[in-house]
Amino acid sequence: MSEENGGQPILRVEDIHITFGILKALNGVSLEIHKGEILAIIGPNGAGKTSLVNVINGVYHPSQGHIFFEDKDLTIMPHHHIAALGIARTFQNVALFKGMTVLDNIMVGRNLKMRSNFFSQGIYWGFAQKEEIRHREAVERVIDWLEIEHIRKTPAGMLPYGLQKRVELGRALAAEPKLLLLDEPMAGMNLEEKEDIARFILDANEELGTTIALIEHDMGVVMDISDRVVVLDFGDKIGQGTPEEIRNNEKVIKAYLGTTAQK
Amino acid sequence: MIFAIEVAIGGLLVGVMYSLVALGFVLIYKSSGVFNFAQGDMTLFAALALVGFLTLLPLWLAILAGLVIMIALAIAIEAVVLRPLVARPPLALFMATIGLGFLLQGIGQGIWGTDPKGLDIGISDIPFKAWGLLISQFDLVGGALAGGLVFALVWFFQKSRTGRALRAVSDDHEAALSVGIPLRRAWAISWAIAGLVALVAGIMWGSRLGVQFSLSLIALKALPILILGGIDSIPGAIIAGLIVGASENLAEVFLGPYVGGGIQTFFPYLLALVVLWFKPYGMFGREIIERV
Repeated sequence: MSEENGGQPILRVEDIHITFGILKALNGVSLEIHKGEILAIIGPNGAGKTSLVNVINGVYHPSQGHIFFEDKDLTIMPHHHIAALGIARTFQNVALFKGMTVLDNIMVGRNLKMRSNFFSQGIYWGFAQKEEIRHREAVERVIDWLEIEHIRKTPAGMLPYGLQKRVELGRALAAEPKLLLLDEPMAGMNLEEKEDIARFILDANEELGTTIALIEHDMGVVMDISDRVVVLDFGDKIGQGTPEEIRNNEKVIKAYLGTTAQK
Repeated sequence: MIFAIEVAIGGLLVGVMYSLVALGFVLIYKSSGVFNFAQGDMTLFAALALVGFLTLLPLWLAILAGLVIMIALAIAIEAVVLRPLVARPPLALFMATIGLGFLLQGIGQGIWGTDPKGLDIGISDIPFKAWGLLISQFDLVGGALAGGLVFALVWFFQKSRTGRALRAVSDDHEAALSVGIPLRRAWAISWAIAGLVALVAGIMWGSRLGVQFSLSLIALKALPILILGGIDSIPGAIIAGLIVGASENLAEVFLGPYVGGGIQTFFPYLLALVVLWFKPYGMFGREIIERV
């Protein structure tokens, strides 16, 4: 993205610490995710990338530090409330509802947008039905968009890995999130699948205006699609900036890209 | 021949009522992945509560009060039993339900007494003749009621938003949370539904067998049904219930005399054993597919 959007933060992470026993997963990390950008979080294995996503998403609560989303304090908010604020995510090891169809999976992603509940469904069934149809349309748009029409009725657990990842992206997008966290959306994919996913990510960002933070190992993809990059190493943030700046950052090269890149 | 048909019909109608008990297990298993050992005791508890309320209230109010009790119980179970065990292995939850079963039995009998009680819900047990067949009126009403409830539940789980959310919870807790489904409420709802099923089963079986401790053993009838139908399949519970009901009745009448009778109690288990050989997930159970 070329236009400078003034660095207006949608999410602020302030001095986050997480420890598992004696292991420090995150050691005072601060960062901002700007509205409308694609931010890549990179780092070697065990750098704390997934921990960072988990703490933003409410799976873990930090032992120290704060997280603000649109100036609301997320730090100790329960997991499912954070989803309701407009933060969706995908998982490193695909966490689909395996026994449910693709359509049902994405409908569940839409859950938060629906208003009718157990009781109103019982009392005024017409409203619930109208609503169901309206949301079904939105879900069908997501399905069309991700080009998964042909597997609509297939149980998610029976799909090949690449398609499962795509369905998971669909489930996250169905909630129309303001912030989308993608944990290695392209892991284990072949080149063609990676290009497809990269295209969907860029489209989600440009057409739907979704702010995206993604963890990814494929440097080519990271440098191509992200506006900014944050680098973690052993729970510390060791660099941030545009892909160009990261490529030339001595510390990052040493810690992450390996000594061969140094020349 | 007519007699055989009568026996089969009688068995099928009883089978629907078996399905009802099995359904309680299926619902809890589908939404929390736990085999609820306390389902039989919940049935007993519901029946005891109903009989207790009947001494004070008219029938429909007593049923309503019983429903309120079962919903309150579900909320309490979520808060006291399930919440502290979040993210523990399913075996821990299973053990907790064994304890819960004893607790419900004790509390129920402590409050309402251990002596057998009759439960009259005003449906006569006099058989009537239709198309030359002798059919029990009581079984017919019980079958219709159970069948209606089963259809309502199938619809609820497959089509409604809440049902979809409950299925999602049973599939993957973390993913369900990440799309904003509150686990606690989902659990409370599914236990409340299992409580409702227990209440209906308690009414039907209680008025047929009397309300006493042995009512909780009705759960034993559900086990072969769960094995036959698959523990996570609602249609499986219904069809297997029908099979068990009809086959045990037929076996008792036609095979029983050769071996001195008493086949009825173990025949369903024999049937379940045979099914296990061929279909380890039951006839309709979801086969677990794992990528390795």
